[in-house]
Amino acid sequence: MAKTLAEKVWDQHVVRRGDGAEPDLLYIDLHLVHEVTSPQAFDGLRLANRRVRRPDLTIATEDHNVPTTGIELPIADPVSKTQVDTLRKNCAEFGIRLHPMGDAEQGIVHIIGPQLGLTQPGTTVVCGDSHTSTHGAFGALAFGIGTSEVEHVLATQTLPLRPFKTMAINVDGELRPGVTAKDIILAVIAKIGTNGGQGHVLEYRGRVIEQLSMEARMTICNMSIEAGARAGMIAPDETTFAYLKGRPHAPAGAEWDEAVTAWRELRTDEGATFDAEVHIDASALTPYVTWGTNPGQGLPLSEAVPDPERIADENERHSAQKALTYMDLVPGTPLRDIHVDTVFLGSCTNGRIEDLRAAAEVLRGRKVAEGVRMLVVPGSMKVRAVAESEGLDAVFTDAGAEWRSAGCSMCLGMNPDQLRPGERSASTSNRNFEGRQGKGGRTHLVSPLVAAATAVRGTLSSPDDLS
Amino acid sequence: MHPFTTHTGVGVPLRRSNVDTDQIIPAVYLKRVSRTGFEDGLFAAWRADEHFVLNLEPFRAGSVLVAGPDFGTGSSREHAVWALSDYGFRVVISARFADIFRGNAGKQGLLAAECAQPDVELLWKLLEAEPGTEVTVDLAAKTVHAKDFTAPFQIDDYTRWRLLEGLDDIALTLRHEDAIGAYEGGRPSWKPTTTSTLPS
Ligand code: SF4
Repeated sequence: MAKTLAEKVWDQHVVRRGDGAEPDLLYIDLHLVHEVTSPQAFDGLRLANRRVRRPDLTIATEDHNVPTTGIELPIADPVSKTQVDTLRKNCAEFGIRLHPMGDAEQGIVHIIGPQLGLTQPGTTVVCGDSHTSTHGAFGALAFGIGTSEVEHVLATQTLPLRPFKTMAINVDGELRPGVTAKDIILAVIAKIGTNGGQGHVLEYRGRVIEQLSMEARMTICNMSIEAGARAGMIAPDETTFAYLKGRPHAPAGAEWDEAVTAWRELRTDEGATFDAEVHIDASALTPYVTWGTNPGQGLPLSEAVPDPERIADENERHSAQKALTYMDLVPGTPLRDIHVDTVFLGSCTNGRIEDLRAAAEVLRGRKVAEGVRMLVVPGSMKVRAVAESEGLDAVFTDAGAEWRSAGCSMCLGMNPDQLRPGERSASTSNRNFEGRQGKGGRTHLVSPLVAAATAVRGTLSSPDDLS
Repeated sequence: MHPFTTHTGVGVPLRRSNVDTDQIIPAVYLKRVSRTGFEDGLFAAWRADEHFVLNLEPFRAGSVLVAGPDFGTGSSREHAVWALSDYGFRVVISARFADIFRGNAGKQGLLAAECAQPDVELLWKLLEAEPGTEVTVDLAAKTVHAKDFTAPFQIDDYTRWRLLEGLDDIALTLRHEDAIGAYEGGRPSWKPTTTSTLPS
């Protein structure tokens, strides 16, 4: 029977088929752990006198809580420090490899998996974090889990699961210059809505996707969860293999050939059917920004703040009204006229080297506008090192931006990098929920190109506005 | 985990849709490393408003939350379930739950009961007309009941069975340890491990 990519990976990991009432038991190839969602899981293991079944399929990093300046100092916030210390204790006790703050391989959990070559086609990847969908860019079935599932995977290396539904997101046409993966995914979410993907694995396909780099593919898969999906996937191809080859944990020698042969099978069969299909014409896309408080509330930058009165659906109208009040925006205001005081470049969505390069290109020889602070936070210490070897740090600091160490930073209000009440940001992260970047903070989600141009002009802008 | 059969408690009308996990418990409250004490973060931003429903007697002592559609969207944080449970909620009623939230709830003994939106609206009216009204949720019969209001709710059979039996997830899986071992024996040797030595 013809199968989709997601179904193939699923079938390869079934330890035991569910017998009607019980779900399938799925084997997990890679378990990523960080300090926020793991302490109670380890606590649970200890209480039940259980061990970690496969420490060799588990890896941990510190990302959500870590400060991005002064990382050689002890963490000032006592609660953050407790979480980080607890992770260190737990990893030592249960024999799990950890990349702590300051380590050359430390970084955001979804950046380091691919970077180390641990994220591979056809693997199952889980993490107590919803943006685990990032790893689907390699043709892995990767999804976020809750803390009791973290405990379950630690103890058994498996998860009881019911098959997901499948949805094809066909992106065809030709991307215009200045339009990025971030714009594609914001447009997808605006189109299908924040629950449009519920219960589904989204498979991004089509010409435009095939032409994207691995990092751009990761940006797209990363935000699948913002469309309500369980996971996002892209079939592996030569781009994927080229990215993986030679990475520390990629197969080598004869095993590489064996692996690539297996990986080539990982594509949706001709004639396989999806539970749903969506078509996006990439030729029509322009830079996208969000105006509201969920990632589905986005529009092309060239448009204006929408008028809730014109939204037919009652729930959506209410949600738009609430969003505009929170965001302090007036319907009809051109999005380009919205002033920001903060620009954040980073996160597991857009904190990779290509993102930094793109933003640096825009900032080279320019200055961040008066009254705007720009934070540049590489997604990992490796990304930071590569950027420095290319001189990007100097481009950013010459422009007046702050150059930081790796972490989640201003993606969420959990470490010292936060918006103050009423502050407004253009942010390359993935969530614009109320208070996400700090209590009372207002977030506009944008691509790295738009972030950089916005920093220069002080209002939401694209590089085209700069000439 | 204690078996869940029926629960009766004060119903709390929460007239909001798309209640995401950042609203249920903001990120700053996630830092605790124990399993308890998360009630102080529950709806923290909203509770700062003295007119918020949980600040009003007799809703303060509520244990059955009746919310708008798309409850629990956003981050996968299980703390959202702990915050609700630690506060004293045993049941959340909504027309639609986010997948991850529903999964997390079932594992923690919090019942996520899916009711049709018109029934949710009737319940809201009832609870607002007579604050303090008790709601009874019968998991065996899959019904919600308050005064002369009765409505069915949906829950998948597996989660329902587990809630009724009070079964721990890991113990259930470990009954199949042989199958896990057999699967591991057949995994290709090129699958990555995190412990292989890093080239310097
Ligand atoms: S960067 Fe943001 S979305 Fe990504 S893992 Fe960190 S907090 Fe989560």
